[in-house]
Amino acid sequence: MIHLSPFLAYGLTTAYVTTTTAVDVKMNLNYLSFEQDIAKFEGQIAELKLASTDQDVDISDEINSLKQKLKKETESIYKNLTPWQVVQVARHPQRPYTSDYIKLMVDDWDELHGDRHFGDDAAIIGGIGRINGRSVMIIGEEKGRTVTEKVSRNFGMPRPEGYRKALRLMEMAERFQLPIITLIDTPGAYPGIDSEERGISEAIAQNLAVMSRLRTPIICTVIGEGSSGGALAIGVGDHLNMLQYSTYFVISPEGCANIIWKTVEKAPLAAEAMGVTSSKLEDLGIIDETIPEPLGGAHRDPAMMAEALKERLSKQLDELCAVDTEQLLAKRYERLMSYGNE
Amino acid sequence: MSWFDKIVPKVVRSEGRKNASSVPEGLWINCPKCSSVLYGPELDKNLKVCPKCDHYMRLTARLRLDTFLDEGSREEFTQEVEPIDRLKFKDIKKYKDRLSAAQKDTGEKDALVVMRGELKGMPVVAVAFEFKFMGGSMGYAVGERFTRAANRALEEGIPLVCFSATGGARMQEALISLMQMAKTSAVIERMKQKGLPYISVMTDPVYGGVSASLALLGDINAAEPGSRAGFAGPNIIEQTIRQKLPKGFQRAEFLLEHGAIDMIIERKDMRDTLARLLAKMTGRSPVERESAVPEQPAA
Repeated sequence: MIHLSPFLAYGLTTAYVTTTTAVDVKMNLNYLSFEQDIAKFEGQIAELKLASTDQDVDISDEINSLKQKLKKETESIYKNLTPWQVVQVARHPQRPYTSDYIKLMVDDWDELHGDRHFGDDAAIIGGIGRINGRSVMIIGEEKGRTVTEKVSRNFGMPRPEGYRKALRLMEMAERFQLPIITLIDTPGAYPGIDSEERGISEAIAQNLAVMSRLRTPIICTVIGEGSSGGALAIGVGDHLNMLQYSTYFVISPEGCANIIWKTVEKAPLAAEAMGVTSSKLEDLGIIDETIPEPLGGAHRDPAMMAEALKERLSKQLDELCAVDTEQLLAKRYERLMSYGNE
Repeated sequence: MSWFDKIVPKVVRSEGRKNASSVPEGLWINCPKCSSVLYGPELDKNLKVCPKCDHYMRLTARLRLDTFLDEGSREEFTQEVEPIDRLKFKDIKKYKDRLSAAQKDTGEKDALVVMRGELKGMPVVAVAFEFKFMGGSMGYAVGERFTRAANRALEEGIPLVCFSATGGARMQEALISLMQMAKTSAVIERMKQKGLPYISVMTDPVYGGVSASLALLGDINAAEPGSRAGFAGPNIIEQTIRQKLPKGFQRAEFLLEHGAIDMIIERKDMRDTLARLLAKMTGRSPVERESAVPEQPAA
């Protein structure tokens, strides 16, 4: 499995620097290459709004008609996204991250730190909070929004201590009978010397093994980019969700393209061949549920997205917490064993 | 026969002749490390370790198991599990065609061979990766065969030994490959819960998704001398950190130093060492037995 440097991966979409959080910004100004028509309409609307404050003319009809056109255009673009375009939306720099979802849908939040052996890895956030009053353990990968934050969170690429913190917290959740919610969003486990020295493979493998038998419900949701073992390491559970425009792959499309075509420029073909979207993975029986996103992607309305996710998670928590633990474990195991069967 | 004919090997004399097919292929092998010219059958007897420089050449999965298990004890199973092209994956070639080519090339249906046998009289299930089959990559068939191997060990209450040699998860089966990591890890965890030994021996190389699942979950993790194992390949790490990697990085000796493995086992000691370990872990007693003699290349 191969992980490209995040610098390279992001460079392929567009270079963005932003200092606001997705929560603060409703209509962001970053457009992907296939969103040029959306950018055009949004630009026109903004101009008209500006003009209407200067003069005493009523142009609300004009604005409304443009808004209609914008909606139609966004719908038509997002209805037919290619797998590669979905990957770009999943990596959108304004896409809500784990920390945004925690702010928007979790009450009474307490973050917990450290693996008790080496350190604390900011690429994984863990802690206890409440969703609709129910205490839950939440563990999520976090890419970081600002440049400084991205660096401190290593662009969401966890090191062994991140996965070991996650494991410690999940085992704690089992002891206190807290259901576990994981939010997956990573370009991959960190491919570095220190990572290898401290046993990144073992850390991931251990999580896979233990999550298969933890005696508490586990719900996993890919909120952005689910890259390979680094994603799966917090992705074994009873119910697997993907947000509509999130992506999940065994190797990044760039990595796959690099191996087969010897150039990252063929990443769109690789994305197509691997089937990296929620709809494809639902067809394959890998994931259970796709959670619809607001029109034009989660980043266009993070609050609405968080509300929808919260609603689904609450329902899934109700259902899974009602299941007898032995039954829950048997079903989880059976499901794991079935992967790939026809 | 002249004196000249007696001292010069036939292979040299026949050089330049149009019909050289009388020389058996693979009879003389160049050591990739020290370039010594080695006599094939002798090299096989030495378990494909160069007698001149100690370089470890890769064993096929079959030769690995044949030289590991007791002669006459081997029973292959899980052959019914074959690869499935669920995605109809196609890049510059069809996955289906890559599979056929690999099958033809190796004589295996996929990259894992599974046997039930005995090690010095002690029953074990042993599996070995075939690196020549698409880089020993793990897709559905490898994951499923491994799982069935572990299930047999669970049913019979006997140990499982795995010899890995792999580039990782197979990208042509995409997420189905990724999920084999979760599947194999879950069945190993079940063995752990039941107190059945699982020994993982990493042989050159072990990377990616296999390293991050079944290869590092052994009660005992071991590696052959000099073998490379890690999560990310050296090229990827160099690209990411833009630094040269230290000498010996990700080699067995590095893994031992950093606590990832329990021991380095020389190939010639593999049977003895694992038998000794398993005897102590299971309370059984090993008996003197020989492994199958390595297959001789066709003369």
